[in-house]
Amino acid sequence: MIQKQGQVVAVNGNMVSVRFDGDVAMNEVAYIHSNEKRLKSEVIRIRGDEAQVQVYEMTKGLRIGDSVEFSGEMLSVELGPGLLGQIYDGLQNPLPEIAEKKGFFLESGVYLQALSKTQKWAFTPAAKVGDALKRGDSLGSVPERHFLHQIMLPFDFYGSWKLVEIAAAGDYAIDDTIAVVEDSRGNRKNVSMTFSWPVKRAIDCYAERLKPAQPMVTKTRIIDTFFPVAKGGTYCIPGPFGAGKTVLQQVTSRYADVDIVIIAACGERAGEVVETLKEFPEITDPRTGRSLIERTIIICNTSSMPVASREASVYTAVTLAEYYRQMGLDVLLLADSTSRWAQAMREMSGRLEEIPGEEAFPAYLESVIAAFYERAGIVRLADGRKGSVTIGGTVSPAGGNFEEPVTQATLKVVGAFHGLSRERSDARKYPAIHPLDSWSKYPGIMPADVVRYAHAFLERSAEVGAMMKVVGEEGTSLDDYVLYLKGEFLDAVYLQQNSFDPVDASVSPGRQKAMFRIALEILGAALQLKDKDDARSWFYEVRQAFLDLNGSAEGSDLYASSLAKIKAALAERKPEYDAEARRALARLE
Amino acid sequence: MNKVYSHIESITGNVISVRAENIAYGELAEVSSRYGSSLAETIRLDGDMVFLQVFAGGRGVSTGDEVRFLGHPMQVSFSDNLLGRIFNGAGAPRDGGPSLADNLITIGGPSVNPYKRIIPREMIRTGIPMIDVFNTLVKSQKLPIFSVSGEPYNQLLARIAMQAEVDLIVLGGMGLKYDDYLFFRDTLEEGGSLAKTIMFVHTAADPVVECLQVPDLALAVAEKFALRGKNVLVLLTDMTNFADALKEISITQEQVPSNRGYPGDLYSQLAARYEKAVDFADAGSITTLAVTTMPGDDVTHPIPDNTGYITEGQFYLHGGRIEPFGSLSRLKQMVNGKTRDDHRAIMDGMVKLFAAYRDTLEKKSMGFQMTAWDRKLLKYGELFESSMMDLSVNIPLEKALDEGWRILAACFEPRETGLRSDLIQKFWPARSAGSEAARA
Ligand SMILES: Nc1ncnc2c1ncn2[C@@H]1O[C@H](COP(=O)(O)OP(=O)(O)OP(=O)(O)O)[C@@H](O)[C@H]1O
Ligand SMILES: [Mg+2]
Repeated sequence: MIQKQGQVVAVNGNMVSVRFDGDVAMNEVAYIHSNEKRLKSEVIRIRGDEAQVQVYEMTKGLRIGDSVEFSGEMLSVELGPGLLGQIYDGLQNPLPEIAEKKGFFLESGVYLQALSKTQKWAFTPAAKVGDALKRGDSLGSVPERHFLHQIMLPFDFYGSWKLVEIAAAGDYAIDDTIAVVEDSRGNRKNVSMTFSWPVKRAIDCYAERLKPAQPMVTKTRIIDTFFPVAKGGTYCIPGPFGAGKTVLQQVTSRYADVDIVIIAACGERAGEVVETLKEFPEITDPRTGRSLIERTIIICNTSSMPVASREASVYTAVTLAEYYRQMGLDVLLLADSTSRWAQAMREMSGRLEEIPGEEAFPAYLESVIAAFYERAGIVRLADGRKGSVTIGGTVSPAGGNFEEPVTQATLKVVGAFHGLSRERSDARKYPAIHPLDSWSKYPGIMPADVVRYAHAFLERSAEVGAMMKVVGEEGTSLDDYVLYLKGEFLDAVYLQQNSFDPVDASVSPGRQKAMFRIALEILGAALQLKDKDDARSWFYEVRQAFLDLNGSAEGSDLYASSLAKIKAALAERKPEYDAEARRALARLE
Repeated sequence: MNKVYSHIESITGNVISVRAENIAYGELAEVSSRYGSSLAETIRLDGDMVFLQVFAGGRGVSTGDEVRFLGHPMQVSFSDNLLGRIFNGAGAPRDGGPSLADNLITIGGPSVNPYKRIIPREMIRTGIPMIDVFNTLVKSQKLPIFSVSGEPYNQLLARIAMQAEVDLIVLGGMGLKYDDYLFFRDTLEEGGSLAKTIMFVHTAADPVVECLQVPDLALAVAEKFALRGKNVLVLLTDMTNFADALKEISITQEQVPSNRGYPGDLYSQLAARYEKAVDFADAGSITTLAVTTMPGDDVTHPIPDNTGYITEGQFYLHGGRIEPFGSLSRLKQMVNGKTRDDHRAIMDGMVKLFAAYRDTLEKKSMGFQMTAWDRKLLKYGELFESSMMDLSVNIPLEKALDEGWRILAACFEPRETGLRSDLIQKFWPARSAGSEAARA
């Protein structure tokens, strides 16, 4: 495509109007030349011979008449080996390299290669000359960290191709040609180990999209047991400030049972990302025995970085996730916070003087949010393997009130809702996921009917608790009071989890089942308790033993003694079980 | 060299427009009217129309007034000559001293590369138990004091500034009452800190546009000093006035408000300032303490709400005391593990008991019967309030921890505190009513 030129005719914040000749495409990338810098921008509206672009940088210093170069390409990311372990900004600029070149500050107009051009990768061919190929088919692989990184026919090679040449096994840089393919008309194209893909288009080279049915284990009890997330599913974590959204995502990013985690720090604090990027290299991933950073990609566009690239950052992140999904891997994308992304859209919509919707968000907010979460999914690839992208986004509702446009639009499309409550975080009940408001549509690691059985205790306990606020303890019957204590007990020993305790921080599904069963033995039992004081002190005693159990490694002395304590305390009160309780317990054998 | 334009095309609120060419976005101009001259900043370019926001406001500006472009964006002088000086929101002296023009730096610069930040690791001691023990302030933290008008937030700010061991204090005053301005000046002077202080003060009587410049001026200067290895404490009071100035200006510019009249970019605007707090890998640091007065004492109001989403916790100043509930230092766990081995236990244990005391108070007010345990809690709560929460208490962290043990021992038996037994053995005061009762 011939490069188009234009000229700046108006500047308003980070929105710039450009007059051009010829043709310009929507969402095309344009560079504004100003003060010896090249500022990246994206076309977001075209009217006659004027295009409006959102600039991914501060626009201070721009002048009327500055020249603009249209690239002909949509905003894209570079795909290829070497993405894992990287720390990028929202436009895929590697932040460590920028730091090395430019020092402390993120000056505008500095764009660096996302992938090393010189690093060599050990390529092993898999496809054979003569093979018929479609986009996304594997040509061979290179080892990248813990994985075999598939070198695929680029996703924009539409139609059928025939392999005419393939490189022998050996070391290659990403730009080296490793294959030549030919289409039905005899046109040949070279293929290297890298290609680019526009971030706002979902990667769609798969045979079939499947229903998310297999749990994505987070090792957080309240999630895996009560509000599970499926591989290829979506979930959101709304909550007021300080309720624990970021900590919950940090914990998940460490322990989630997936191959790759992509962290999109979108418009939040830089300090929080620093914790991740300094700590992850030091933490060993128990799945692989290698450092956690090796399975992680961080997309970091924090709150004081330019707003337009904040908008782009979630798309950059999801595109990288889809790329690794194409290799048959399970990828988890954690976006913190999607509200900041929505606000970036709102700022731009305001500058475009679009008719505003609720709280000045653009009218298309809902459809854009829906389209983003739709990029999650579990797919069957052409060769039969499965890969998944799971998306979890935090939401930061204004005033902590979930009745606001971003939360509401998100709730319409996600499969699980982990609502954090101020009340619980104030009481230091972490993770502060509200057990009565939250929900999930996915199957989890426990039989659904048993989970419902346990959940009913939480509901009834809350009812009694509310009633007791009015009539006092005196006015509550012993039976009701025990019900109340049972709910509080389940909350304290199972829903709450200490993220900073080495044992309690991550609990395997097997251990969750064992603990859940013990909790059910207590919940389901009719117990001999004399009066309220007796009931309270008995539950406190069992609770203490259970908490000790939670904090002790399987096989340790404390584990055994705490377990014995619980069993003994239970036996002392001659527990009896009704049919429903017996059925629930039997289901967990 | 700089061309003078003598015809103003439009005047709307604080914004004027002139026809001019080759003007840079963000460039400053000087507008001279019969009431004196004022700086103005280019906030929009549209063809040959240049829109300028006049610092002194549009009032009294005539279409025939002169506009002279200066060829540079808003700048401030940076040198050691700033120390001890006081400026207004346009960067002009307000202390009668000479104006400074050497070594000009641009304000509102780019953000720090997150990769160049380091994990905060140093405590800032304030001598205030509610901070040092319960919500430790950390070097490079950004923390607002949430309060309401009438509360002694400026006194608290001044006191922390006087006691914190920092190299330099930069005060940004926004919409400050003149009395408060004098209060800060006099307090810092009496405390001998004025010589290491730089003040940028916009008072309630000054033009609203100047209010917006204050944080950027203060932070630009602070950043340069931090790069030179200084540990700088930036005080911003009151950020609610800053946010209200943003609101006023965006509404006069007919921007669509998002929430209760505030512009949709309020979050980004506040974050751009707060995120300047930083600890540089091999240079100094910026710690930011701000005041956010909450309209109607409502923490869900857009200003405190957006602030809470940006900062690393908040101190909630209520009834002249820092409340243990609602206050949070999100960075405290980075430092309180290496102060004294009872620090975390005292912090958690005492707050839990204080929560129980509050419940008992509620029960009492509803006329429920008080048990023996309730009476212990009542005694505890009163001691906690007078020896920990009262802002007149001024003791180092270690003394405050000792005091905590003393209070616990005066009210409870060791096992009632829920504290670990190894700590109790080590720290429980020997001769006290509580421990004697325990032995008996
Ligand atoms: N699981 C947890 N265990 C212990 N403390 C926690 C936990 N989760 C959160 N906290 C405490 O709450 C503070 C705030 O948590 P976090 O930063 O995750 O909140 P957030 O919901 O992301 O807030 P914001 O919307 O402002 O970003 C933490 O600094 C920590 O002190
Ligand atoms: Mg957060």
